Amino acid sequence: MIIFAVLSGFGLAFLAPAICRWAKERSGWWLAILPFALTLYFFSLLPGLAEGEVQSLALAWSKELGLTFSFRADGLSLAFALLVGGVGALVAVYAGGYFGTKAPVERFYFWLFFFMASMLGVVLADNVILLFVFWELTSLSSFMLIGFEHDRNEARTAAIQALLVTASGGLVMLAGFVLLAQIGGSWELSSLVLRGENVRANPLYLAVLFLILIGAFTKSAQFPFHFWLPNAMQAPTPVSTYLHAATMVKAGVYLLARLYPVLGGTPIWLWAVGGVGAATMVLGGALALSQTDMKRLLAYSTISALGSLVMAIGIGSETALKAMVLFLLAHGLYKGTLFLVTGSVDHESGTRDVRHLGGLRRAMPYTATGSTLAALSMAGVPLFLGFVAKEYLYEAAYKVGALWITLVFLGALLNVLIAFRVGVAPFWLPAPAESGLPKRPHEAPWSMVVGPLVLGALSLILGVFPQVLGSVLVAPALSAAAGERLEVKLAAWHGVNEIFLLSLLTLGLGIGLFAIRNDVQRIAARLALPWGLDTLYQRTLDGLFALASLQTRVLQHGYLRYYLITIIVAVVGITAGGLFRWGGGSLPHLSLDLRFYELGIAIIIVLAGGVAVLSRSRLGAVAALGVAGYGVASIYLLFGAPDLAMTQFLIESLTVVLFVLAFYHLPNFAQLTPKRERMRDVVIALITGGLMTTFVFVAGGIQIHPSISQFFVENSLPLAHGRNIVNVILVDFRGLDTLGEITVLGIAGIGVFALLKLRMDQHPAKGGRPAQAGTKGGKE
Amino acid sequence: MTSLILRTMVRLLLPLLLMFSVFLLLRGHNEPGGGFVGGLMAATGFALVSIAFGSTTARQVLRIDPLFLIGVGLLLALSSGLVTLWLNQPFLTGIWYKLSLGTFGKLELGTPLLFDIGVYLTVWGVTLTIIFALEEVG
Repeated sequence: MIIFAVLSGFGLAFLAPAICRWAKERSGWWLAILPFALTLYFFSLLPGLAEGEVQSLALAWSKELGLTFSFRADGLSLAFALLVGGVGALVAVYAGGYFGTKAPVERFYFWLFFFMASMLGVVLADNVILLFVFWELTSLSSFMLIGFEHDRNEARTAAIQALLVTASGGLVMLAGFVLLAQIGGSWELSSLVLRGENVRANPLYLAVLFLILIGAFTKSAQFPFHFWLPNAMQAPTPVSTYLHAATMVKAGVYLLARLYPVLGGTPIWLWAVGGVGAATMVLGGALALSQTDMKRLLAYSTISALGSLVMAIGIGSETALKAMVLFLLAHGLYKGTLFLVTGSVDHESGTRDVRHLGGLRRAMPYTATGSTLAALSMAGVPLFLGFVAKEYLYEAAYKVGALWITLVFLGALLNVLIAFRVGVAPFWLPAPAESGLPKRPHEAPWSMVVGPLVLGALSLILGVFPQVLGSVLVAPALSAAAGERLEVKLAAWHGVNEIFLLSLLTLGLGIGLFAIRNDVQRIAARLALPWGLDTLYQRTLDGLFALASLQTRVLQHGYLRYYLITIIVAVVGITAGGLFRWGGGSLPHLSLDLRFYELGIAIIIVLAGGVAVLSRSRLGAVAALGVAGYGVASIYLLFGAPDLAMTQFLIESLTVVLFVLAFYHLPNFAQLTPKRERMRDVVIALITGGLMTTFVFVAGGIQIHPSISQFFVENSLPLAHGRNIVNVILVDFRGLDTLGEITVLGIAGIGVFALLKLRMDQHPAKGGRPAQAGTKGGKE
Repeated sequence: MTSLILRTMVRLLLPLLLMFSVFLLLRGHNEPGGGFVGGLMAATGFALVSIAFGSTTARQVLRIDPLFLIGVGLLLALSSGLVTLWLNQPFLTGIWYKLSLGTFGKLELGTPLLFDIGVYLTVWGVTLTIIFALEEVG
């Protein structure tokens, strides 16, 4: 069943355009059915988990390489899957109202559900390579969605930045996965989890750890890779809600939690993961201080929240992991709401600048309700889920040391400020007198109100009754992350202790900061550095482009003759090197036991070669080459390779036809090259020919690997039901190679077609011979 | 090229070449032949039509855009490998089905044949795409 959860998402993606055309403005509601059903399905798996039933499934992919399509839904996977499905359904509904029918909404829904399915794949995959594939698919869909408004330069730049950072991080992670599988002895996460001690004791542990951390940190926008996330706010708001707040950016968190039993618990883990997380948590909050755009404010607070999650995994105690799972859900709920609210405010009032917004409570009562609930949860007001999560986070940090609790305090404080600036101020405070809004605000359509209300209400309900979450969801998720079965009893109220007082202090100080928010913002804007990692990224990219254009100018000069010389000399050089290494120059004994007709064919081939070189007409040269080719084909025939001979005959014939067609477009034959250049060509040709001949002689005597011809001969009929071994190798034993080859062939054909058609469009005049290409390209 | 001899011969040769190309394709698994050489043979037939009557006529006789042949060929080859996923076998595993034809003996059909047809169509399409394009330039 699990595989269908993923596949149906991809199916929906491909059906979405058709559904949009059919359902028109109601498409959001229709499209939300599947994500909603998936959410219910994931819920239905939860009770089984408490009794230890884990859904899993494995299909063969390539056994030899250790690849399987294996999926597994344990507590941790389901916690994320519920978030992906649930928020996905609400965002689908919301986007229906947000885009209406005017935008290219079909394309939007396609990539949205493509993302949803890939993200479900990430959290449900058991095979690390499969996980990687889905991981990069989420990066790809994120790229397409950030650049959704592709006519805007900023959107394109941000999309490329996000892709470069997350996808290259993913590639580094792949290297980590391969190493991990080598030392752990399995490609399946479920088996790796049981072999954590072997992995941690291995000398390669550090390499594995850092490679995988880079993947997780780039994806989850951890310092120093955090800069892509605020720029990704160029995406339409439903995308920011779904990908860049609730789900995709948490893939890194998921991975770290998933691998905690394998890699975690060491001192280096605490400092590398916990330290980076804590730094990101504070930095995200601090960078938000100078911002005034609601979306960017939320983006920085998301960075900060992701930092807290990563820090909790870094600490890795039972309390910390409990805090991680709770905070994950709390953040998904409140941040999702606030992003949706931001979209609605932007949509209905025309601006997202917190300095201009105010008093929207009367115009947008429902949106205001959802927003307020979420903001209170984010600020950590008691009775909200955010409060419960923050209590646990404080408790976890409290047990590690004073430094950690100070950092958590700072991060929480800054988030209180952001929560009030984004979630409360635009609705409850009077509008600044001097500024008028671009639009006269009114309540958003019903479809755009459902999401914020549902998510906001959940923040409150789950906060009052966290025990519901505790046994059903948190316990299985925690058990999966910790690698042992744990019981969880959550309570909304822990009594008055140091931690509760600290929570109150955070809230109080945060509200104090909020009261002087404008001064804080001004001071922060003055203190903000004029450059950052974003600038460094841009410089690096510029440098790369400069290098690329430099090497293009040097290597891609556009002269066919020099390209040929480069290719030939390179091949000859490499082959000569190989010959020295393997052959040592020992020629095998040559038997000159030739039949007279064999000798005849040989002489014909050599003569035809001479004619081809000396001929003063192109047609003559090509015909001579054809003769040489036919001669070679006859030799194949004589030595018992009829397949090869037949193909060679046909290729020779068709080549002549192609040459004749191409000659028609070339200028008349003339000798333009000076003698010196022709001598150089002669030398190159002789060396190449001589070397290839030696190579053929020597290669016959070198056996690096044991020959597999015997295997083919013996197994062609019993295994592949064919007597023609050549063809059996092509279509069965080496089918994958052939598939690759015909794909290349197809691309080459399309390439030739495109190049020639393109030229035809540039030279519409019939019979006109493009002089430029003729004189520059030809050697004659 | 308006040569009467060529035109008359091409009229006769085209069906023969096409039949021979299919023959080569089908016998390929047991005797010399196969999708690659079959595809080349089929392309040769239309190359001749193209030389004798021009590419417009050749396209009309072919009816299908050679680019389309490339796509269908690649898709066939790929899907012959994907069939296996339903049977929980690795990608591109050959799957065989023995068909009993009574007095005519038995016929073995398998996904490699589908694959070879894919190769045939791709080679045919690529060769003709290039030949037609070259002929239509200028």
